[in-house]
Amino acid sequence: MATEVLMPQMGESIAEGTITRWLVKVGDTVERDQPLFEISTDKVDAEIPSPAAGVLLEMRGNEGDTVAVNEVVAMIGEAGESAPPAPTAAAPDAGEVEKEAAQPAASVAASPEPAAAAQPAPAPPSAPGGEAERVRTASSPVVRKIAAEHGVDLAAVAGSGIHGRVTKKDILAFVDAPSAQKAGPSGTEIVAAPVERPAPTGFYVAPFTEGERVEIEPMSKIRQITSAHMTYSKATSAHVTTVFHMDLSKVHRARERAKAGFLRANGTKLTYMPFIFKAVASALKANPKLNAAVDGTNIVYKKDINIGMAVALDWGLLVPVLRNADELNLTGLARSANDLADRARSKKLSPDELKGGTFTITNPGVFGTLFGTPIINQPQVAILGLGTIEKRPVVATDGDGNDSIVIKPMSYFAITYDHRLVDGADADHFMNNLKRTFLEESWSELDAF
Amino acid sequence: MPQSGAQQLEVSYLGRVEYEDGVARQEARRREVLSGEACEALFLLEHPHVFTLGRNARASDVLADPEWLAEHRVTVAETSRGGQVTYHGPGQLVGYPIVNLDPDRRDLRRYVQDLQQVLIRTLADFGLEAESRAQPEIGVWVGERKIAAIGVHVKRWVTIHGFALNVTTDLTFFNGIVACGLDRVEMASIESLTGRRPPLDEVAAVAGRHFGEVFDRPLYLE
Repeated sequence: MATEVLMPQMGESIAEGTITRWLVKVGDTVERDQPLFEISTDKVDAEIPSPAAGVLLEMRGNEGDTVAVNEVVAMIGEAGESAPPAPTAAAPDAGEVEKEAAQPAASVAASPEPAAAAQPAPAPPSAPGGEAERVRTASSPVVRKIAAEHGVDLAAVAGSGIHGRVTKKDILAFVDAPSAQKAGPSGTEIVAAPVERPAPTGFYVAPFTEGERVEIEPMSKIRQITSAHMTYSKATSAHVTTVFHMDLSKVHRARERAKAGFLRANGTKLTYMPFIFKAVASALKANPKLNAAVDGTNIVYKKDINIGMAVALDWGLLVPVLRNADELNLTGLARSANDLADRARSKKLSPDELKGGTFTITNPGVFGTLFGTPIINQPQVAILGLGTIEKRPVVATDGDGNDSIVIKPMSYFAITYDHRLVDGADADHFMNNLKRTFLEESWSELDAF
Repeated sequence: MPQSGAQQLEVSYLGRVEYEDGVARQEARRREVLSGEACEALFLLEHPHVFTLGRNARASDVLADPEWLAEHRVTVAETSRGGQVTYHGPGQLVGYPIVNLDPDRRDLRRYVQDLQQVLIRTLADFGLEAESRAQPEIGVWVGERKIAAIGVHVKRWVTIHGFALNVTTDLTFFNGIVACGLDRVEMASIESLTGRRPPLDEVAAVAGRHFGEVFDRPLYLE
């Protein structure tokens, strides 16, 4: 009769625990009191021991799951025993294990012999996000290289590192284990193979193939962060981009008149950015839906207007945040924006200056782009991409209805918004608000310069 | 060293210890406490610059790139404690209580609250009014600034890791991380808030005494 493993109560007022990692796999034989998994609560990570000896038949909670106290997280019993059915079956049965081992996985260069006898069962399938996440975000380049050299699929290796990460010790132990399949098809050399695991749908394209000439360079921390954020953002928001043509002639004139005096008085340059920030801040005030976040079925309106400005640096992309942009005037905005950009370049930003943004502005136009389709900076719901500002011929209609061609400094502003929350009309309202500000605002604050 | 069984707590100030050595020492002591070979302990010490990643840390919480880390001689270590990322370094008092919460203190939330209480009382002796906060901002705060962090690992109800209290810590090192995964955390130290620079062993002695009171253990000072 199988024994239930329950989420223990680790304190009087503690009603749940989050499983941070499993220390054993389905199919393992465990002793009574042997640590089975770790849970996290209140900055404490606790090892939870097994209530019984036996074989781990089934795992019902996955890494990252928050489980209520006294709920069943696993079943322990005799080998081959069937545990009472659970709402979601978590363990592959013996038949499935054989099938999986028999098919050569795309990334394993081993001979396609059924390895059911010797091969340990692969880590139990968890939610697609969980498993893929573990492999993708986890192992260090050294580990992946060793795995590639031996044609090992990292997902099949039990990870003892943080969050189930496969450490160097784990992969070396796995590779040295007598049951590991090592021979290549020709029985001689192993050729490096990519180590990514197939996606749950079965469709998978390896980043490179055996024999292809490549040079592998581990990503820098900031590259890893950016990389992960981009796919996360695309998978989270319903991205739609809309483009407006902005007439910046009035802004241009105001800037031209004031820039010399401004620099003298303030010791910092007056670029187009403070004007754009001011316009964006007031447009956000009038359109609060674009200064919000989506939390399940809740709309989280942000009370502060904190505008992030994307800065492209040699080593990557940073987005320092200009807090409470609506409370600053042009001078304040110019000072803050320039200061943030300088300190971003000299790596002197503090952590809180990179967090807390409610809306982001990115400026691909500075490199000549006409307009872009930027990716939303989570957890925001909109991002404004500025196109290059250049003189363009546009049609002007005079009071009598006569058309002529005039030259004006214009720019395509593209707004990508999250259609889960923001509709086209909302985005258009916002953009029209910007457009009107640029056409009508007199920027009288600059008269002093 | 007194025999185990007597619920005594051995308090020792170890000076500057490499992070990995500190971890090894704690784990060894925990094994001994579990096997009954040794009594409980409170290790008080200081680490050279290190960013440590707890079980809930994300790679993205370390903002510093490898060049910065090398330049500032900061190592990065993964640990088994709960919590996210934090920084330890010179001028910061680190405390590792190895205590058995079984049978009468089997409550992790209460343990964390008790640790916070030890630090609050210690800070009061240095003229600061501190308070604890609950999730997600667990730690010890003075006003809007965080002055001490907490991260614990428990095995069979015996604890390791513990707390880190900023005394004369160089707070700029926290710029290299998103401390404790928190938005907009401003860090503080006894020095930054009062101008005083008490020696670490002096703060350790005060903390040890308060620990004995809060945890109701007679102290044995190594």
